[in-house]
Amino acid sequence: MRSKFDEQLKQLHIDLLDMAYLIQDAIQNAMIYFFEADINGAKKIIKNDENVNHYQKKIENICFNLLIQQQPVAKDLRTITAALKMVTDMERIGDHASDISELVIDMKDCPILFNVDRFKEMYSNVVSMLIQSINAYVNKDIQMAKECIKEDDEIDLLFDKNKEDLIQLIHENPEKGRAAVDLLMVNKYLERIGDHVTNIAEWVIYSLDNNPVNEQ
Amino acid sequence: MENIIEVRNLNLYYGDHQALKNINMDIKKNSITAFIGPSGCGKSTFLRTLNRMNDLIDSVRIEGSIKIDGKEIYDKNTDTISLRKKVGMVFQQPNPFPMSIYDNIAYGPRVHGIKDKKTLDKIVEDSLKQAAIYDEVKDVLKKSALGLSGGQQQRICIARALAVQPEILLMDEPTSALDPISTLKIEELMEQLKQKYTVVVVTHNMQQAARVSDDTAFFLVGDLVEFGSTKQMFSYPKDKRTEDYITGRFG
Repeated sequence: MRSKFDEQLKQLHIDLLDMAYLIQDAIQNAMIYFFEADINGAKKIIKNDENVNHYQKKIENICFNLLIQQQPVAKDLRTITAALKMVTDMERIGDHASDISELVIDMKDCPILFNVDRFKEMYSNVVSMLIQSINAYVNKDIQMAKECIKEDDEIDLLFDKNKEDLIQLIHENPEKGRAAVDLLMVNKYLERIGDHVTNIAEWVIYSLDNNPVNEQ
Repeated sequence: MENIIEVRNLNLYYGDHQALKNINMDIKKNSITAFIGPSGCGKSTFLRTLNRMNDLIDSVRIEGSIKIDGKEIYDKNTDTISLRKKVGMVFQQPNPFPMSIYDNIAYGPRVHGIKDKKTLDKIVEDSLKQAAIYDEVKDVLKKSALGLSGGQQQRICIARALAVQPEILLMDEPTSALDPISTLKIEELMEQLKQKYTVVVVTHNMQQAARVSDDTAFFLVGDLVEFGSTKQMFSYPKDKRTEDYITGRFG
């Protein structure tokens, strides 16, 4: 029974993982290039975003074909719905990696103007959350997805602290205002990535959880 | 919502073979309930117990209770003719009688003693309208029902069942012999019918069960494995066997 369907679901799973690893690379490298003010590296990230978009289209097509051909129900339907929603969040993460890279090109050496340790901590938390959400998906682990979601609070706290520091920086050094605004945007992109990873983890739970009581 | 059918501890045997095992089910009034399950699971047998169609098979033995409107239908005093008037049935193959469209619909009311032409005319018109076929046949009522398409014939059969003013309509795979457009018409009709009647439908088409029914019952080798809201069953089935069946892992 249903060997073709299972084969198609397996391919969907493989492509989702490929896309997840692609955005993990994108965000890790984007931040490394940010800390190093590496403009050439930043340009590569922007170029590579096409790959992320390509995977999004590919996965959406697989999902649409599965919906048409297999008319899935129950867990199959939730798996495919979740995949469709997850790729949207993953694509947005790819966009934010690109957005950060564009700022690297604009800012040149401005990270030096600011203590970026907190950015490093935030970045490390975001990447760890992303890896955790991917692992939760691979291992079909609801508990791991739930823990991943909790980590977003820490990222929100760091975002608030960074924002306060940047406001302070603008007060004290109005001539650094422009750079501070760019840094505030990097801060916001990291915070938004945390939100998208939270969404991914929530969709992992949705696809795995057999209990409709937890349906939001 | 009020229950119209209440089934308790129902067992059915064909000779030594047990075809239904301890079935318990409440069917709500003015709802559509779908029975699904692989061939031989007992769903059609169970449907036929609801208007005692199985009485016609010699080797059948039934234990337990089925109450319709609170009244035990397997009571020895139950008049099966009145029961089948109250609980109408539509079959898989459209089976109009070899007579005119009008006479097909008027057949039941005539059997039940209605002779007045004006009353019969009204019953025929109302029944055809309720079965969403009136506009297509109103000018050819005296022509043979056998000349109609399969989809039209099936709606004539539904009109014929409605003509005796039933409360419950049992449908045994009513669209499995029909094309997709006729199927859609019957499904839309079922939606309208539930305003006035209670519909119980056996279907092999799971998408149909998901589309039309309020509640779904899943049968497997004589057991009622799962019964509940259709939405719940097709999104979060409770039993692994239901999940495996509706997702096509067996059956």
